[in-house]
Amino acid sequence: MAKITFHLADGSAQIIDAEDTEYLMQEAVNNSVPGIDGDCGGVASCATCHVYVAPEWLEATGPRTDMEEAMLDGTFGVESNSRLCCQIQVSDQIDGLVVQVAGT
Amino acid sequence: MSILTPPLAGTPDIMKSEPTAKQREDRDRIYAMALEDINPGDPDNFENESMYWKFERLRAEDPVHYTAADKSAYGAYWSVTKWDDIVSIDTNSVVFSNIAGGVALNVPGSNPSVDRLAGPNATPEELQAARDRGTPSLLNMDPPQHGLHRGAVAEGVSPANLAVLETLVRERIGMILDSLPIGEEFDWVDKVSIELTAMTLATLFDYPQERRRELTFWSDVMTTDPGPGRVVETREEKDAAQADFLKMIGTMFKERGEAEPAMDFMSLMAHSPQSKDFTQAEIYGDGVILLVGGNDTTRNTLTGSVYALDRNPEEFAKLRENPALISSMVSETIRWQTPLSHMMRKANEDVEIGGKQIKKGDKIAMWYVSGNRDDSKLDRPNDYIIDRKNPRQHLSFGFGVHRCLGNRVAELQLRLTWEEILKRFPEIKVVGNPVRAHNNFAKGYESMTVVIPSRY
Repeated sequence: MAKITFHLADGSAQIIDAEDTEYLMQEAVNNSVPGIDGDCGGVASCATCHVYVAPEWLEATGPRTDMEEAMLDGTFGVESNSRLCCQIQVSDQIDGLVVQVAGT
Repeated sequence: MSILTPPLAGTPDIMKSEPTAKQREDRDRIYAMALEDINPGDPDNFENESMYWKFERLRAEDPVHYTAADKSAYGAYWSVTKWDDIVSIDTNSVVFSNIAGGVALNVPGSNPSVDRLAGPNATPEELQAARDRGTPSLLNMDPPQHGLHRGAVAEGVSPANLAVLETLVRERIGMILDSLPIGEEFDWVDKVSIELTAMTLATLFDYPQERRRELTFWSDVMTTDPGPGRVVETREEKDAAQADFLKMIGTMFKERGEAEPAMDFMSLMAHSPQSKDFTQAEIYGDGVILLVGGNDTTRNTLTGSVYALDRNPEEFAKLRENPALISSMVSETIRWQTPLSHMMRKANEDVEIGGKQIKKGDKIAMWYVSGNRDDSKLDRPNDYIIDRKNPRQHLSFGFGVHRCLGNRVAELQLRLTWEEILKRFPEIKVVGNPVRAHNNFAKGYESMTVVIPSRY
């Protein structure tokens, strides 16, 4: 279980308890986090789960995957801390993670 | 030949309605065909929706299907009809290339602007090479080149731009709906679907609003094979219209590049640091894709939403009682309509899909329109269910690096239209049947007569 904070487009924040067995996108969708749609089901192929990871959490969340890199290449608002959260596995290591939901 | 024609549960657009004698006849004929004779891209089937029977049969009997060159006007090609196979191709741009001689199935030589790229003195071999290559555009490119072109214009549909667009679209659709006649028949396609999408397109291109229908015309030209009664009747007419568009795009690119940067597509492209390396043909090609992508897709889904809700009155009742269902209705309509039936890829290497050996260089049609009706993935896929579980799970926008760029603009226009409709009209009745387009790519409606009995 990991506590994850999503900062939302409207300035508010939503904190969810995410299960270790899942990827962050799925847990966000299960908790109806606005702006996280996950249309492609979690294979880094739609960019509807784009988040900005707080800098202090970049190491814990790991590097982008190749497919993720390719998807981010053609989307807008991409920053060095952009991730598709379907590629971030939930674990103790990211307990306390803070992300900002990007518009998609 | 098929041994058994499976029992018929209804028509593919409205499963609950009784199929006509003609529909039964079409289906029996398709089930009686030799498999190797099936050419899923035959546009005649798209005009009467009998292509659904072909795909129904192929998904069951030959999910990865080969059509030989002598059975099709498009040359030889593979058809991939099941959800999982489509996704595996769409998300693998290493093995499956977009540099495929066309975004869609096309009749060789039917696209004059491609021939023009080869130049007036091209040898037959050069002409063939240009036709194989197709119009270079962001949809005919692979990574990493594709990312440069897409990245140059993506900002045009960013959330910040959509927020501006939302106010405009709501105002416009309100005006359009307020101007509709009550108790009188009219063509929904012309008066609403084309009108709204043309206005939006003019905004995205920052094109003069009073000339917005020029954009609609050009887009229709691009997706139409010339023929009697169509938007362009001859190859010469198509050539002339494409030349006008080429000129317009070139002028805009130049003018926008000299002006202050703005958020419209041509300004974004002109001011993008990458675009100094774009060729004139690529700028034209990107313009075509942005034009077509924003035109008949949303137009036809908007018409489709009115049609589907008319034919499924219990779904319309649900929507009226609970307007919070608009977003999921929009996604369900995008799935059910599938405004672009397919996209093409070319195999970069020998590869096996669904037990079939596909050779390097083979062309492959990914039939989204079939995958969206695949019952191994979706529950009751032929039914139109506005409160379906996971309504966003559909193939209509594609997956992978070429996924629809304007999906949010499409959803926005559909959502706002229905929010404004529900405030105004208790019902919209479709009169007779819509006239469907003779088109295996842009799946949609030429016209649809409706009547609005009353206003609130």
